[in-house]
Amino acid sequence: MAFATAVNHVLLLLIMPPLLLGVINRTKAWFAGRTGPPLLQPYYDLARLMRKGMVFSTTTTWVFRAAPLVTLSAILLAGLMVPLGRFNAPVRFTGDLILFAYLFGLARFFTTAAALDTGSSFEGMGAAREVTFACFSEPALFLAFLVLAKLSNSLSLTPMLLGLLSVPVIGLTVASLILVAAGLFIVLLAENSRIPIDDPNTHLELTMIHEVMVLDHSGPLLGIILYGAAMKLFVLSVIVLHVIAPFQVGWAPADWILFVLEMIAIAVAIGTVESIMARLQLRHVPTLLVAASLLCGFGFLLMLR
Amino acid sequence: MCVLLIMFPLLAAVVAAVVRTNRVRPWVLPAAAVSHLGLVIYILLRPETAIFNRWIGFDPPGRLVLLLLSSLFLICSFYSVGYLRLRLELSNRIFCVGLLLFLAMTTLVTCARHLGLMWVAMEATTLATAPLIYFNHTPRSIEATWKYLLVGSVGIALALFGSLFLAYAAVRQGVESSLFFEELLRDASLLSKPWLHVAFILLLVGYGTKMGLAPMHTWKPDAYGEAPGVVGALLAGGVTNCAFLALMRVDHVCRAAGESAYSGRLLVFMGLLSMIFAAVFMVGQRDFKRMLAYSSVEHMGILTLGIGLGGLAVFGSLLHMVNNAMTKGVLFLSAGNIHRAFDAKTTDEVRGAMRRLPLSGTLFLFGFLAITGSPPFGPFISEFTILIGAFNRRRFVVGGLFLTLLLVIFIGMGRTVLTIVLGRPSKAARRSSYRDGWFTGLPILASFAVVLLLGIYIPPPLRAMLNDAVRFLEVRP
Amino acid sequence: MVSALNMALVVVLLLNLFALGTSRIRAVVQAVALQGIVLGLTPLLAHPHPNLVASLIAIITIIVKGALIPRILFAAMRDVKMKREVEPMIGFMASMLLGALGTAIFIALARKLPMAPGHAQTLIVPASFSTVLTGFLLMTSRIKAITQAVGYLVLENGIFIFGLLLLEAMPFVVELGVLLDLFVGVFVISIIIHHINRAFDSLDTRRLSSLKE
Repeated sequence: MAFATAVNHVLLLLIMPPLLLGVINRTKAWFAGRTGPPLLQPYYDLARLMRKGMVFSTTTTWVFRAAPLVTLSAILLAGLMVPLGRFNAPVRFTGDLILFAYLFGLARFFTTAAALDTGSSFEGMGAAREVTFACFSEPALFLAFLVLAKLSNSLSLTPMLLGLLSVPVIGLTVASLILVAAGLFIVLLAENSRIPIDDPNTHLELTMIHEVMVLDHSGPLLGIILYGAAMKLFVLSVIVLHVIAPFQVGWAPADWILFVLEMIAIAVAIGTVESIMARLQLRHVPTLLVAASLLCGFGFLLMLR
Repeated sequence: MCVLLIMFPLLAAVVAAVVRTNRVRPWVLPAAAVSHLGLVIYILLRPETAIFNRWIGFDPPGRLVLLLLSSLFLICSFYSVGYLRLRLELSNRIFCVGLLLFLAMTTLVTCARHLGLMWVAMEATTLATAPLIYFNHTPRSIEATWKYLLVGSVGIALALFGSLFLAYAAVRQGVESSLFFEELLRDASLLSKPWLHVAFILLLVGYGTKMGLAPMHTWKPDAYGEAPGVVGALLAGGVTNCAFLALMRVDHVCRAAGESAYSGRLLVFMGLLSMIFAAVFMVGQRDFKRMLAYSSVEHMGILTLGIGLGGLAVFGSLLHMVNNAMTKGVLFLSAGNIHRAFDAKTTDEVRGAMRRLPLSGTLFLFGFLAITGSPPFGPFISEFTILIGAFNRRRFVVGGLFLTLLLVIFIGMGRTVLTIVLGRPSKAARRSSYRDGWFTGLPILASFAVVLLLGIYIPPPLRAMLNDAVRFLEVRP
Repeated sequence: MVSALNMALVVVLLLNLFALGTSRIRAVVQAVALQGIVLGLTPLLAHPHPNLVASLIAIITIIVKGALIPRILFAAMRDVKMKREVEPMIGFMASMLLGALGTAIFIALARKLPMAPGHAQTLIVPASFSTVLTGFLLMTSRIKAITQAVGYLVLENGIFIFGLLLLEAMPFVVELGVLLDLFVGVFVISIIIHHINRAFDSLDTRRLSSLKE
């Protein structure tokens, strides 16, 4: 049973992420009145990129080549620690949430290092912004984890997130969780360079954050970066999903299908938010991220009463 | 009967709003004032008419403040007739309506027997007087009005907060909670102490803001400095006394609960702090209307100090309330006249007021002597009584500080006043042709006569009223 | 009913933070209006069996705080045609952090004041103190006169929250009197704002600084 769950987990983790990107793009197109790209377009893009050749700048070193691979493996490992639906994660031990956060940190470090490695000022600017905004969004993530840890009295991701399935519906607890959900959603948007923090479609130099860091990558490495980004979106969406919709049916196949449908729903939600909001001015982004931290902090305070 | 006292000015306000011409409208004021004072004296002579219902009625402190308020308003209303005659270029509709609303609302404050009702009336007073400060329509006066409104409203909001705490102090103990003064005093010893303490602090800060105690006095120099003299007199002699009445009632509740040590300490501290602030800011003050504002801060401090000390000082405090209001009337009205004659407010431009305006200038000088506590004027007696009260309780440090601060203020104020009043009239004296008239001169004389009288001899009816009030406040009813 | 009341108070606290952090004046007024509506509903949530008078009070509060007062403020703003608040004296993020810090301190300290048995589980005291603090922050650190007036509204909201503890004790006459005062106060304030604008051609209260020692 555990083996089957683990297999399902790995399969979903490997296959589903680009589908989420496709759903988001399709939602945005629907809002704009267009037909939009096919749902499986990201898969075709990845396949196309794998077939292309790579060009490396002479200023880059091994960091530039290694970064996409390190990023992908870090996110993959993090994904193995997060439970999907109501099923246990393949990897779980006490304190794995710290490892989780640090894996994300490792991924971010290598991305920014690769950006700086190119020696170009565009990438450097993007790297600086990325790291600054990360400083503001990390506290939100940690505070959210604190709330979940206090609720479930454990420091491992699986019990924390699965414990939400059986949380008592008291006013203050529900209020805390709503606050945490809002904060985590903002972190989700920030980490994956979505509007209102960053526009994934822009290519204007002065306004890019994530896009600019991968300007110099090409071919399979670019494909790996895109795939890694999609997986990051998937993993964070799973966490948000646990807080928003901790439901279960009881019968395993139905639960897997429910999970897939809920993930698609979150992707639609992200697409909706992207379509109805405009991107914030860069100097207002820290305020939004601090607000996310404060929301999670509030949730924590309410838990303390 | 009490309700008539409030309805009458309201009706007069409606009349004033309806009267069409600027010339006729000011006469509504003295008419209303005379009838108001007549009604007040009737109520005082017939104690059985004092209580109207559970919400409205007069007790000894309320009666005292009411009489004071009515007399001051009478004096100011006659002055307003003369003043408005000189300002026919501005529409005085809002001015007259505002003054009459002020009278109605301050009457309501004095006869409210419920803390919440008193609060509503105080807030209404703030709102009624704000447009009065803006009468001159200059940018500086609008700045003053804005500060007055905002700081006053915040203070009043804090006072409401404190009132709610007081009500909760009873709920907490499971006692029937109420904001009626009688019931508060009756159940005072049962109230929850932590809530009572916090409530007292909030009420002190809130009503202290309306009184103009330091450090919440920042609106006073601007508001008194920019308002017309009449408005300044009513603010300094009327609104502050209403706020003081509220503070006295709150302190009464505290004392009935057995916490007089706590409340007394705080009151003495705030009183001395106000006097210190006033002393510091009065030295070298060049604008004489702002100087009067700081003098008001000082005297509010003296009143608070008296209540905080307890015993004989309470009598002194109540007597001082009367003296201060009358003397401020003299000072503000004559300052208004001087301002008009010279078209300037600062010592740079105003010199020789005594020669330019024999009546107003001389009265301004005597008013200064009175307010700083020189015999044979009223304030000397009241301040001396407070001092004796302090020494009776062996509070020598407080008494010593009190004397020193009075001296500093005398010196500081003296420099400004003497510069303005003595000497040859400066060039600015020729800017306007204003001369003291019947209506702008006699009311000040009347007010001054009262101050002089109270310094020599306190009429038995007044003494009886003061003693009643002291007895009411000291002993649980 | 305690949990419903607590949820409503959490919404109020969040609106406080939002009002401190946004620079759009229209958004601040709308947030405070929403806060007023939520507060209008709270007496119904706090009373297990609401009676007719309580419902009447709730409706009147919602109308006054949610519709009338914002309308007065928007009318005052239309004269002046301004949309954003100039960078305030302590910055938006700093105001938000201060407000959040204050809220945290009040939530922690609320245990010090002894509460009646029925009230110990509610967030009323911390919510009331933090809203009062937010009102103070808005009044003292903002530059435009409109935002200072909105700060006064928030202050009164905070006091209203505390009044929930006294639902049985406080006579309705005074509660209505409070509402009336608030309404008239805002009315007078908006008139003054109109005059400020006429005299100075702006609502920047830094211009109101000629009266100094």
